[in-house]
Amino acid sequence: MDLYEYQGRDLFERHGLPVLAGGVATTPEEARAIAERLGGRVVVKAQVKVGGRGKAGGVKLAEGAEETVARATDILGLDIKGHTVHKVMITVTADVADEYYFSYLLDRANRTFLCIASVAGGMDIEQVAAETPEKVVKAPIDAVKGVDEAKAREIVEAAGFPADVADQVVEVAVGLWRAFVAEDATLVEVNPLAKTKDGKLLLLDAKVSLDENAGFRHPDHEALVDQATVDPLEQAAKEKDLNYVKLDGEVGIIGNGAGLVMSTLDVVAYAGERHGNVKPANFLDIGGGASAAVMANGLEIVLSDPSVKSVFVNVFGGITACDAVANGIVQALGLLEERGERVTKPLVVRLDGNNAEAGRAILDGANNPLIERVDTMDGAAERAAELAAAGV
Amino acid sequence: MAIWLTKDSKVIVQGMTGSEGSKHTRRMLAAGTNVVGGVNPRKAGTTVDFDGTELPVFASVADAMKDTGADVTVIFVPPQFTKGAVIEAIDAEIPLAVVITEGVPVHDTAAFWAYNVAKGERTRVIGPNCPGIASPGASNAGIIPADITGTGRIGLVSKSGTLTYQMMYELRDIGFSTCVGIGGDPIIGTTHIDALAAFEADPDTDAIVMIGEIGGDAEERAAEFIKANVTKPVVGYIAGFTAPPGKTMGHAGAIISGSAGTADAKKAALEAVGVKVGKTPTETAKLMREIMSAG
Repeated sequence: MDLYEYQGRDLFERHGLPVLAGGVATTPEEARAIAERLGGRVVVKAQVKVGGRGKAGGVKLAEGAEETVARATDILGLDIKGHTVHKVMITVTADVADEYYFSYLLDRANRTFLCIASVAGGMDIEQVAAETPEKVVKAPIDAVKGVDEAKAREIVEAAGFPADVADQVVEVAVGLWRAFVAEDATLVEVNPLAKTKDGKLLLLDAKVSLDENAGFRHPDHEALVDQATVDPLEQAAKEKDLNYVKLDGEVGIIGNGAGLVMSTLDVVAYAGERHGNVKPANFLDIGGGASAAVMANGLEIVLSDPSVKSVFVNVFGGITACDAVANGIVQALGLLEERGERVTKPLVVRLDGNNAEAGRAILDGANNPLIERVDTMDGAAERAAELAAAGV
Repeated sequence: MAIWLTKDSKVIVQGMTGSEGSKHTRRMLAAGTNVVGGVNPRKAGTTVDFDGTELPVFASVADAMKDTGADVTVIFVPPQFTKGAVIEAIDAEIPLAVVITEGVPVHDTAAFWAYNVAKGERTRVIGPNCPGIASPGASNAGIIPADITGTGRIGLVSKSGTLTYQMMYELRDIGFSTCVGIGGDPIIGTTHIDALAAFEADPDTDAIVMIGEIGGDAEERAAEFIKANVTKPVVGYIAGFTAPPGKTMGHAGAIISGSAGTADAKKAALEAVGVKVGKTPTETAKLMREIMSAG
């Protein structure tokens, strides 16, 4: 889960790291209250999870409460690369003398964590790494030993931080590592890490990603999810413990296993190229169980998406037997009817693997005109795309 | 022969008395796996009956190894306890630990992996969030259905469970030496490269299917490895060409970050080193079929 900058700022503050005083507002009036509390000159920053806010007019300076209200009014509702601004962060300003870069992140390739540090901050670190690689230090971090003062000093020296801030950077490096571990983060990025004209170090930006698998250790992380931007279908699916991602297409997808479902999306998209360019409407992995109830919940979510014109149920019976899945589909349609949902969209079902023959027989026996059985994945994708194109 | 898991492997189950653990212990036994016991400190000294096979429960992995000569452990404990269970297996220096558990925090995986490295990697860790490893006709450690396919000469390594099953099914008439599900988490113990190296060295494997998916650069690194080290034919499949950036697609590791981790980049990297990449699982199976019938 990626956090907003203000949530990252709050998180840093909670862990005793030096950040600018500030607050977050969803309305110009809230912005006024924050500006009055902070006093003097402030910066108003759009809170969107995408880069390039400054260029898009999402970061503005303001003097006093009235100007803050005006700038907040400008920025709230702005569209930045397809993200609507619902919140602005307002902080006091800092007299910046120098800008650095510091981050900890997951290093998948080396199966550990990585620290990236540079004295060339304030710009895109990937660009700095490409143009002046000598200015970027990448230090692997042992997940057991972590970052203590000695390790931090090693990084600070390697990156060539100036002597007058070295001790402060060491302190931030250790503190930031503690926050990274304590919060089960997969990324904490500070760009810029700034030196003010009076020689103080400040974390001026915060990019933080948290590991959702560690949610059981962090009941407080749930509150960081921004409900306003969660897709209502994704929310409904989450409440039913379904692994669902909304996409922009016409063919609803239900399958078992993340890899198979991803593969199904691809196969449907290829088939769509031959049928009116229809695309998969969602990712939905119903997992190994695939009981009637789970299938009903899945179908209900997928069918409630108005852009869905046909549904492709793609199940490989591994541990689950296909006859159980077939019964699940038939019963699910019955359950939906009982819930008062009139199902009118065609279902293309492909069952293969364990007890596939029995499963197919059950589908045939159900005699439901909405269910169409196709026994290969590629063929079923083709048919589902064709039906969606006809229904558009 | 096969890689890492053979008919002589003696398997224990950490979490054998739990619901998933007991269900799959029964399945592994039915598949002919030599399961010799389980681990649960609170039930040490008792036995569990699996359709007539009495399996002893031990207090620790070390105890189980001492008593039974076990050399493989399959771990089914819940995510909160997985790190502890794997570290216990590493401390006991068991040669192979298969971590089935899904939803393990990545800091925990990073910690047990660092611990394993510090200990000299005496334990091969497969997973977490994986279906396990199966050498058809010999042994089955994990949750891969045992009856999809029989023994043959194809090696399979995959990030995904159901795609593994699908591929085994497509090529069931040819059969497999070993199928390894390495798991879909961002940090995993055994990688594509480890499996490719083992299959290259295995006299009973003639060709290799490699299944990858979006996220990270494991497939790109595997491509470099293939170029330098693999002489056997490799056929690839990548899932997630149509996945949008920034969205996690079911597996915790299946996410395109910025421009990195795309299926197109992975496919291009593999094709650049001569690996044929199928557009769909069926087409991939067809490519492998052509290789096996030509050889």
